[in-house]
Amino acid sequence: MRLKSLVPALYILFLMLPIYWLVAMSFKTTNEILAGFSLFPQTWTLANYTEILTDPTWYWGYINSIIYVTLNTVISVLVALPAAYAFSRYTFVGDKHLFFWLLTNRMAPAAVFALPFFQLYSAVGLFDTHIAVALAHCLFNVPLAVWILEGFMSGVPKELDETAYVDGYSFPRFFVTIFLPSITAGVGVAAFFCFMFSWVELLLAKTLTAVAAKPIAAVMTRTASSAGYELGLLAAAGTLTIIPGAIVIYFVRNYIAKGFALGRV
Amino acid sequence: MAQITLSNLRHSYRPDPADDDDYALKKIDLTWDDGGAYALLGPSGCGKSTLLNIISGLLVPSEGKILFDDRDVTALPPAKRNIAQVFQFPVIYDTMTVYDNLAFPLRNRGRDEDIVKRRVTAIAEMLEVTGMLSTRASNLSPDNKQKISMGRGLVREDVNVVMFDEPLTVIDPHLKWKLRSKLKELHQRVRATMIYVTHDQTEALTFADQVVVMQDGEIVQIGTPVDLFERPAHTFVGHFIGSPGMNVLPCEVKGGAAFFGGEQVALEGPAGGAADGKAEVGIRPEFVSVSTTGGGIAAHVRKVADIGRHKVVEAIAHDSRIHAILEGDAPNAGDAVMLDFKRSQTRLYKDGWLASRPEGDVR
Amino acid sequence: MKKLNQRAWLFVTPVLLLVAFNALIPMMTVVNYSVQETFGDNLFFWQGIDWFEQVLTSERFHKALGRQFLFTFLILIIEVPLGVAIALAMPRQGFWVPFCLVTMALPMLIPWNVVGAMWNIFTLPDIGLLGYFMNHTLGIPYDMTQNPFAAWVTIVIMDVWHWTSLVVLLAYAGLVSIPNAYYQAAEIDGASGWAVFRFIQLPKMKTVLTIAILLRFMDSFNIYTEPFVLTGGGPGNSTTLLSIDLVKIALGQFDLGPAAAMSLIYFAITLLVSWLFYTLMTMNDNKS
Repeated sequence: MRLKSLVPALYILFLMLPIYWLVAMSFKTTNEILAGFSLFPQTWTLANYTEILTDPTWYWGYINSIIYVTLNTVISVLVALPAAYAFSRYTFVGDKHLFFWLLTNRMAPAAVFALPFFQLYSAVGLFDTHIAVALAHCLFNVPLAVWILEGFMSGVPKELDETAYVDGYSFPRFFVTIFLPSITAGVGVAAFFCFMFSWVELLLAKTLTAVAAKPIAAVMTRTASSAGYELGLLAAAGTLTIIPGAIVIYFVRNYIAKGFALGRV
Repeated sequence: MAQITLSNLRHSYRPDPADDDDYALKKIDLTWDDGGAYALLGPSGCGKSTLLNIISGLLVPSEGKILFDDRDVTALPPAKRNIAQVFQFPVIYDTMTVYDNLAFPLRNRGRDEDIVKRRVTAIAEMLEVTGMLSTRASNLSPDNKQKISMGRGLVREDVNVVMFDEPLTVIDPHLKWKLRSKLKELHQRVRATMIYVTHDQTEALTFADQVVVMQDGEIVQIGTPVDLFERPAHTFVGHFIGSPGMNVLPCEVKGGAAFFGGEQVALEGPAGGAADGKAEVGIRPEFVSVSTTGGGIAAHVRKVADIGRHKVVEAIAHDSRIHAILEGDAPNAGDAVMLDFKRSQTRLYKDGWLASRPEGDVR
Repeated sequence: MKKLNQRAWLFVTPVLLLVAFNALIPMMTVVNYSVQETFGDNLFFWQGIDWFEQVLTSERFHKALGRQFLFTFLILIIEVPLGVAIALAMPRQGFWVPFCLVTMALPMLIPWNVVGAMWNIFTLPDIGLLGYFMNHTLGIPYDMTQNPFAAWVTIVIMDVWHWTSLVVLLAYAGLVSIPNAYYQAAEIDGASGWAVFRFIQLPKMKTVLTIAILLRFMDSFNIYTEPFVLTGGGPGNSTTLLSIDLVKIALGQFDLGPAAAMSLIYFAITLLVSWLFYTLMTMNDNKS
């Protein structure tokens, strides 16, 4: 029994090591980093964090990321809800093909779309806006949200719909006051995944922005390459990008297992 | 095959049980005879599944011993006890064929393939699933799946006991009786000890030769279906078995006679039991007769329910509700009637336990 | 039975418009580029299938494709069994369950370039925790900017670090959905630990494992950011996977025609292999 719990313990240790190193680096001074190896910061410093939180090019990166991630999550879930309902409740001409086609977009390499996206969003005048990134991320998040929500909705008995109609509910009222509350877990999981994939994606976000909507992840790559060896600063910026994810995951912790199975267990 | 003895058994799911309430099973002493058909009957949460899991070895009791014949098996794991158990929901191995499912317990024990084949064929024959032997088990209907679960229990020739944990829960009503009579037939053919756990009195009474009634972790009565019906050892058994259950009326005992609302009620025989304590009279609705002219206790009819073969009359006398089952004509709601209790079926209970003895019984 | 209702199209229209805008228009652009040659100034010349022939016969593409398949193969062969093993060893209830789930999911919520940067810092030969440990404590020379083998080991371990949890969480979700009666019945039937895994746990995990394998295939086959930040495709071209090569051609060399043709071939391979996986894994379901 004890031997068995060693497996997840070792795995978690393995997961935590690089994260620990990133956090440890972020509290070291540049001199200490360049001087050589030290397991713990010898002189703790908050200088790296102070710089990030006082320099607009840094902290606007965070604000930009949070804006487009939130926009994307809201758009993805809102448009996915009615579609998922249609897939889970009705048969219609071409439903299977449509569902499959939606899923194929999840398979497209982002690298394939980088250049055409740049041209498309430039052409419609949305280049370097938050909404451009939010819309672009819908490419893979909307199919995923539809898929997750469809899984959860199919778990709700159809009798619920019929009872509501018999009781004289109109469709919109039924959907909002009865149906939605019964799949809140599904909505939470879908939102979580949209947040996750929008937050971690960089290639498209970087391609579609220049200054005004530049995501934090892109700010980091520029700093890393141009300013050379500012490892402490890079580590601090990286550490700060872990925090929103950690907060979000804490909120959905009880649904994680079921959520990752996309409601299909 | 073996006689199973439970001796001084207690079980608690808590690590440090303090008083009786912490125990899911409170002191069980019981012997199951070899080859018997038993039912373990009781409401949800009475401890019957706990008891079953202790016999099968899935649970180790906090205190006490389990003996198979004279062998102490308390510490043995399920696989070593040679028992079989059928669960509430059919447990089948989805990826295997029906044949492989039935052969699984034998193959795990390293039996020769020709023995496996002989046993599986015989069991499939008995269960009438011969035609499905090569289909994948996941494609079966729920009742057939449950049959396969039973078959896996019966396929080993040396099982000490086969236990059924509410096996008909997920089966369609019209197939239930079919499966139930199949079980009864199987018991007669294989003669293994069978313990059937259920909260359904019909299932228990039709399957078993001996019914063990449990409540709150205790055994209240062990007896034949007729015993349970006619002489419930406890008012709980009276309530639980029968539809509607036994009428239990508050009474006073003076000089060996029982008085309900001041009127004397003739008991089956001498009253015994503790001198003080709560006294009650118990009479089954089947033995209450209703008339407008005869003698008995005056009551008025509150309602009459026609449930097909007979009618259930609900009457009120001395603020107590009394049911009576009538065949044929019944009074109407609101009528004033006289209720007469059949004397030989009128029992006295003290603190819930049977306290009267039949006439002529000189214990 | 689901209702036949053509009004359902009304419900899917927003999704259709959004995904069509994002998928169809760029896809048409790619198709457009793939059959034409441009010298700038919006001048295009019909090229037919020349670019496709060029890509399909180029050694560079073959090598990148080979590296890509090797990478994805290693990822699947390591992460799927490892993830299942960890899920099997995880506690089923109690305080440690949410703790395990949250810490395990954490790597997946870190932006991909931060993952690359983090592993870069972690593996630096003299001041990274892993790099220092290998070079100075164990005395094994380890520098992934110099040694292709070290670079390969590092990107594979990085992906294992990043994504094994996905398999763990999916497999775990499958495992906790198995009713206790199955384990009890197996115990009574005298099944061995292996038989319990083979005949109870594995069949019940099948759906979620199908999802896990498909997702891990797609994502590892399309991987770009993490290895690009970590190794930049080097040393030499040793870790230049398909996406990295594609971006090099499209944005680095601005060879739009070949890049577009390569994109379509790339996409087609992803679709084809995904379909193959899916068909193979669900084949038994339809057999009665």
